[in-house]
Amino acid sequence: MLKSKTFLKKTRAGGVMKIVREHYLRDDIGCGAPGCAACGGAHEGPALEPQPQDPASSVCPQPHYLLPDTNVLLHQIVSAWRPGTWASVASSLRLPGSLETYVEQEQGENANDRNDRAIRVAAKWYNEHLKKMSADNQLQVIFITNDRRNKEKAIEEGIPAFTCEEYVKSLTANPELIDRLACLSEEGNEIESGKIIFSEHLPLSKLQQGIKSGTYLQGTFRASRENYLEATVWIHGDNEENKEIILQGLKHLNRAVHEDIVAVELLPKSQWVAPSSVVLHDEGQNEEDVEKEEETERMLKTAVSEKMLKPTGRVVGIIKRNWRPYCGMLSKSDIKESRRHLFTPADKRIPRIRIETRQASTLEGRRIIVAIDGWPRNSRYPNGHFVRNLGDVGEKETETEVLLLEHDVPHQPFSQAVLSFLPKMPWSITEKDMKNREDLRHLCICSVDPPGCTDIDDALHCRELENGNLEVGVHIADVSHFIRPGNALDQESARRGTTVYLCEKRIDMVPELLSSNLCSLKCDVDRLAFSCIWEMNHNAEILKTKFTKSVINSKASLTYAEAQLRIDSANMNDDITTSLRGLNKLAKILKKRRIEKGALTLSSPEVRFHMDSETHDPIDLQTKELRETNSMVEEFMLLANISVAKKIHEEFSEHALLRKHPAPPPSNYEILVKAARSRNLEIKTDTAKSLAESLDQAESPTFPYLNTLLRILATRCMMQAVYFCSGMDNDFHHYGLASPIYTHFTSPIRRYADVIVHRLLAVAIGADCTYPELTDKHKLADICKNLNFRHKMAQYAQRASVAFHTQLFFKSKGIVSEEAYILFVRKNAIVVLIPKYGLEGTVFFEEKDKPNPQLIYDDEIPSLKIEDTVFHVFDKVKVKIMLDSSNLQHQKIRMSLVEPQIPGISIPTDTSNMDLNGPKKKKMKLGK
Amino acid sequence: MAGLELLSDQGYRVDGRRAGELRKIQARMGVFAQADGSAYIEQGNTKALAVVYGPHEIRGSRARALPDRALVNCQYSSATFSTGERKRRPHGDRKSCEMGLQLRQTFEAAILTQLHPRSQIDIYVQADGGTYAACVNAATLAVLDAGIPMRDFVCACSAGFVDGTALADLSHVEEAAGGPQLALALLPASGQIALLEMDARLHEDHLERVLEAAAQAARDVHTLLDRVVRQHVREASILLGD
Repeated sequence: MLKSKTFLKKTRAGGVMKIVREHYLRDDIGCGAPGCAACGGAHEGPALEPQPQDPASSVCPQPHYLLPDTNVLLHQIVSAWRPGTWASVASSLRLPGSLETYVEQEQGENANDRNDRAIRVAAKWYNEHLKKMSADNQLQVIFITNDRRNKEKAIEEGIPAFTCEEYVKSLTANPELIDRLACLSEEGNEIESGKIIFSEHLPLSKLQQGIKSGTYLQGTFRASRENYLEATVWIHGDNEENKEIILQGLKHLNRAVHEDIVAVELLPKSQWVAPSSVVLHDEGQNEEDVEKEEETERMLKTAVSEKMLKPTGRVVGIIKRNWRPYCGMLSKSDIKESRRHLFTPADKRIPRIRIETRQASTLEGRRIIVAIDGWPRNSRYPNGHFVRNLGDVGEKETETEVLLLEHDVPHQPFSQAVLSFLPKMPWSITEKDMKNREDLRHLCICSVDPPGCTDIDDALHCRELENGNLEVGVHIADVSHFIRPGNALDQESARRGTTVYLCEKRIDMVPELLSSNLCSLKCDVDRLAFSCIWEMNHNAEILKTKFTKSVINSKASLTYAEAQLRIDSANMNDDITTSLRGLNKLAKILKKRRIEKGALTLSSPEVRFHMDSETHDPIDLQTKELRETNSMVEEFMLLANISVAKKIHEEFSEHALLRKHPAPPPSNYEILVKAARSRNLEIKTDTAKSLAESLDQAESPTFPYLNTLLRILATRCMMQAVYFCSGMDNDFHHYGLASPIYTHFTSPIRRYADVIVHRLLAVAIGADCTYPELTDKHKLADICKNLNFRHKMAQYAQRASVAFHTQLFFKSKGIVSEEAYILFVRKNAIVVLIPKYGLEGTVFFEEKDKPNPQLIYDDEIPSLKIEDTVFHVFDKVKVKIMLDSSNLQHQKIRMSLVEPQIPGISIPTDTSNMDLNGPKKKKMKLGK
Repeated sequence: MAGLELLSDQGYRVDGRRAGELRKIQARMGVFAQADGSAYIEQGNTKALAVVYGPHEIRGSRARALPDRALVNCQYSSATFSTGERKRRPHGDRKSCEMGLQLRQTFEAAILTQLHPRSQIDIYVQADGGTYAACVNAATLAVLDAGIPMRDFVCACSAGFVDGTALADLSHVEEAAGGPQLALALLPASGQIALLEMDARLHEDHLERVLEAAAQAARDVHTLLDRVVRQHVREASILLGD
């Protein structure tokens, strides 16, 4: 049946448009209930469950389907979701409605009422339709709505209807479901006294007006990790530079939650503040102490010099909430029998959430997930509901799960659909695979990796040619041969973006069959590779570059140490060793040349745990060691990446996937320059080259570790390197590597960016065919965005995992005293680095129950004077490390000062655990 | 793309059709008595009227006459009330000229022009919110009505491409949303293509699928037109019989 919709519309110019639209009503949409003879197989898409599992509802004993109305579905989908029960009912209600359930908007009826009526008609139709089915399969459709009028009308029309709460309460088998219901604003109001804390959020239309006219600014809200009363808003304008606005105080934050898109209003200059350097955590249990908080706010605004002031603003409205379910723990209410409790998220940037639960005692001491439902104006905390219980706090599995969830790392096992695209075992290279491929099995190729590495994605070779030049080859696993564009396997790896390495486990980007077997360039087996082969002279100048798909047979998989041994030992002269020596020689020249160009050598403390093989508990902690061979492999990987970047940009100037590292703004270096000046050293930061040189010269004969400390600080000043699409940007420069162009090509097993680059390169050399998405720069930009996000999250997850294992380590080790260096000085604390463990921690000088010592903070020199002792950056101190378990939610490493001794603050020295081993050095290059 | 969802997850389009389904087509032949041939077609909300005169002697400049075949002259115009906004379009604007040219190319390919050397066939098409496809289909019927010998029916249909699915017979909403759009005029019996036109960029891998969708739709149109012609002939013969 055909329906025609006609309506008039006024155009912007003032003309009148007549719009006529056709609407075809279908008679072939099935009900979706399996076994329904009338509809047969007419239904496509998700089907209803054949026999809805009986949820034992007391109000409705027979088996039934649920039909929620739109609002219920929107608000409660997380809470009461049971797959299959209602999926397809909702789908048939959409506009291309079937003939029987089409509802025309009546005169004077608004769109909402029409929708409600449409849902009621659908429910009625379903009930009548299902009656026609065989008698033993008698099913009923129950209408769930929270709208009182809607429910009354439904009952009038003979449709069984309940409110969400009534229904869920009646589910006798699952009492915990009631906790999961999102609490709605109506109930929420009762919780608080009528006192209004926050100013109202402006409606979206007003915000958009304000943003257009420039009175408000739009940006991403970022709560501070260190101070719950402070946040910054990143303004993402098109023309102006990204700038930051500071928000301070509960009222100015105005219920914004981390990651929300908000509109802010700038305050007059007289009210501007400087970012405070106080570390402050929300610890009050009492909800009514708003006044006390105002007190604390005032404390933040202590004397600051004029130029420290930053633009300050307040949130006037929320443009888009970015709430997600949060992990954390329940802080049980002090009041017995209370059902309302506060939930403390693991992420310190998220405010505490008030939830209602009857199972507080069972949930105590467990990690749970909670979702925010809303934040009324009169409530100090947002309201939320309980979603899931993860397990006991401190259990390794629970904590790993928490950190994966918190960092949004997809870690579910690969689905059947994904696995179906894997090659069938036993796998071997066929004639077809050899098309467009060069046979390099005769070459003496070997791989050099860290010990225990199973996903080997690069191998090298070097040999002398007849004309006296050297041929150097980098062979990368040909992952794009196995992951074909567009299939489920490709989509899943694109979503994961990167392999995440945690201390005790690895979350693969591609299924294990590929990552550890078929793609891994293991020794003595034939493997498909993508090779980049250069002809070089002995001065490491590239004469010719060739890219080809190939088959290789690695002759040896070595560890860095093994390769080093071969190079160093005089009596080994086999092919592999000569090849390695040649590579090593060239790598040294390449490195020297790169550093001359201004590449930075930075440093960050990196540690490695020795795990107990049985319990997987960390038994020792050690900073990673670096050998010549590490830098040898790295040098050739860099060279391959740069060569490939040039090639793909040449071929695809609009849609090459590249990686850039923007130069940091000069203000980023302030902290480094100031810190160096306090040691009478000068760091030049105008170019990368001068920075590298001044870092090299910044040595102190009495303080050998100073240089490493400076490099660690310099690393903190850097910007994040990011992937981007060449057609969307015009600044390609890689600051850290001092290369005009760069990409990632060498680790396709663990990075998706490399897979895309492989595909681009394969098309460029004619070894593979192109596909539509590859040459779509908007799609590519989307991929880049996701990859950048996943990489950042993977990094955070790795750090969190290290932090957790450090805690486990110190739990078993007890209290230790160690030497440390001051990295930063804060208003009420110092941040120290313990070189032995690569561990960073904060030493607080203010404690709640102790009298505060006299603290004088000087921002210019960075120094902190406590009583009579002055602390500068890079000062050597001695600290005591212990695990603080007093707060179960955040078990943390607590550090306290041992030396220099300050009466009343430092703790007496405990010499028994002293360890005077010198710190081991660890260097890491940026951007790898 | 923000805004309208052209293809729902369940595979329905904005107006309730599936990807390969045509809009409702209604057609009549012989709507004008004074013309040699005429036809009227409705494809959804698109309505087209075609009139054919000829073959007759060349009018105007005799120099235009072709020695070996007939000259096909096509004119396209759209009614002022045919689009959403009432707008007077001067005769011979760019869009009409272009459409006229395309129609001419299409019908020169289909009409057996060599049978009528030194003569002229005029096709006048008027369309409401016209699309090329409706015009071609209407003109085909009109040419048939005029009794001008053709190789085959010319059936045209448009096709678009949304989210990896090829959509046949685009409606106005779908056209307006942007995105690739392809017009195809097909001689169904031989499978030959009389005209193929596309303005937007489309990856070559997708082209085949979109083309197939359009061709399938054109074949469907053929079935419908064929029915209309047979019906018309039957009616005419009954009239003659009386």
